[in-house]
Amino acid sequence: MHMNETQLIPMLSDIELDEINAEIAHAPYPQAVAIDALKIVQAHRGWISDESLNAIARHLNMSPAELDGIATFYNLIFRRPVGERVILLCNSVTCWIKGYEQLQQQISERLGVSLGETTKDNQYTFLPVTCLGACDKAPVMMVGDDLYENITSETVTQIFRTQQEIDA
Amino acid sequence: MSLDKPLTRNVREDRIPTDFSAYITNGGYQALQQTIGKYTPADCLQIIKDSNLRGRGGAGFPTGMKWSFVPMENVSPGHKYLICNADEMEPGTFKDRLIMECDPHQLIEGMILSAYTIQADVAYIFIRSEYLLAQKLLKQAIADCYEKGYLGKNIQGSDYSLDMYVHVSAGRYICGEETALINSLEGKRANPRAKPPFPQVSGLWGRPTIVNNVETLCNISHIIERGADWFKSLSLTDDSGTKLYGVSGRVKNPGCWELPMGTPIREIIMGYAGGMEDGYQLRGFLPGGGSTDFLTEEHLDLAMDYETIGKAGSRMGTGTMIILDDKTCPVGFIKNLVDFFAQESCGFCTPCRDGLPWSGQVLEDIEQGRGTNEDIATLERQAKFIGAIGNTHCALAPGAMEPLISGLKYFREDFEQYVGGSHDSSNDSNQPNASTTGGLS
Repeated sequence: MHMNETQLIPMLSDIELDEINAEIAHAPYPQAVAIDALKIVQAHRGWISDESLNAIARHLNMSPAELDGIATFYNLIFRRPVGERVILLCNSVTCWIKGYEQLQQQISERLGVSLGETTKDNQYTFLPVTCLGACDKAPVMMVGDDLYENITSETVTQIFRTQQEIDA
Repeated sequence: MSLDKPLTRNVREDRIPTDFSAYITNGGYQALQQTIGKYTPADCLQIIKDSNLRGRGGAGFPTGMKWSFVPMENVSPGHKYLICNADEMEPGTFKDRLIMECDPHQLIEGMILSAYTIQADVAYIFIRSEYLLAQKLLKQAIADCYEKGYLGKNIQGSDYSLDMYVHVSAGRYICGEETALINSLEGKRANPRAKPPFPQVSGLWGRPTIVNNVETLCNISHIIERGADWFKSLSLTDDSGTKLYGVSGRVKNPGCWELPMGTPIREIIMGYAGGMEDGYQLRGFLPGGGSTDFLTEEHLDLAMDYETIGKAGSRMGTGTMIILDDKTCPVGFIKNLVDFFAQESCGFCTPCRDGLPWSGQVLEDIEQGRGTNEDIATLERQAKFIGAIGNTHCALAPGAMEPLISGLKYFREDFEQYVGGSHDSSNDSNQPNASTTGGLS
């Protein structure tokens, strides 16, 4: 509480402000763009830190607690740091039938992380995701912005190199 | 240009998206040109009512009737809204992605005509975060329409104006529930609202609002262009139009096809989907996504439409079927779905927030060999409380119970084998270290 307020509330960047204000321009009041603003800042910073949350809340004229209630409701707003690329492995029913559990085990072993964790080199965060809407190509996952369909253990080996393979 | 498959006429084999000029070449935006400023909104509403189009998002509510509740005269000053529900997250459902990625303009034209019919002046596409290609294509399609004067002020020189925006969700299944979607679009947590008031009267920011599914809205321009009788003639049964049907699971050719409404299930699973993969047999299937009741082999000759599937004790839902094969454990299958719904509950109503995780835990106990007959009785008791319409604000919890209740009916011996200690999981193809090799071999 005694810290300098400017340390706790860094400025939003000009580009972040421009993007958020473009949303506010067609909304009836600033709080209406809370989710858009969280997504915009996350796109630039990777995740939503307490400092980012405070800065957005102040810009939208709402309490940080209220904004945090919104941020934590949604699966794809990250309130903890994530790696360079987020792995979203579909765990819904068709992918589960087609081998989700084997893939989950294999990816965890290769990257040395459990679900919810980030690799030591900060390359990947490994998360489960609900049905990705590509069930005819199950099992599927997203790595960053890329969708991988009909994935097999070979796909996993190709995409994710182990630390030993990188060192070699 | 195929008239018997209006929704997928621009869906190319190679999945290359149909852009603005190709859409125009194939007759696109003719319905818009012929309608706006030339027919009254009341004329359009009558055509949609006569067509008997029913909502393709899962509930099957008649679209014309839904629209007719929007106040048209003596409306207090302010906006009216049309929202496209493109938050496709129902497990096993992959139909809206197909049309948005292959023919984005079809959705935009359908939305403009729908907005015109209810005289909405602002429209939103509420799309899930993971559909990146669809987002890009839809934003481009909207920009094209502004440039050509199909969106914006005084469309085609008429006194009708419409603005359209894409809202990208931050990921929650409950956003597919229309009042939860509206709260989310207002920047809030996606808790469903109590009804009444219904969104048609008091929706987004307290204003009249219509929320429709992607596939529903894509039908609109075709119906307005070719008429209600044409639309009815597409179907094999009393539910009119075509339907995007899908099959996923262990079939030879999983996919999504536009077929006449009422196509027999056997033709879809055994014909278009190629039948079961070698070495697998059909045990059952969910006809329309994760929140529908199981049907089994005895139902294969039923017509796939709202009425028939409803009478068989399930729902057509989204029309995308999930196959349960003989080497996948029904208890695990159901547990996967119950866990999904437990995670995606918004947490507002007690039966859903606390009941679904409890059901998941009981299923886990049974699957891990710790279950008793009392646990099966507990599941049945919970299913009655959680599954009863009216115990919760929205349909998430009742939907979550549909595979469980029907699973206990059709696959009871599997539950009893676990409880009796005689379940043999070495036959399950999707378990790590399974003796039967699955798709990852």
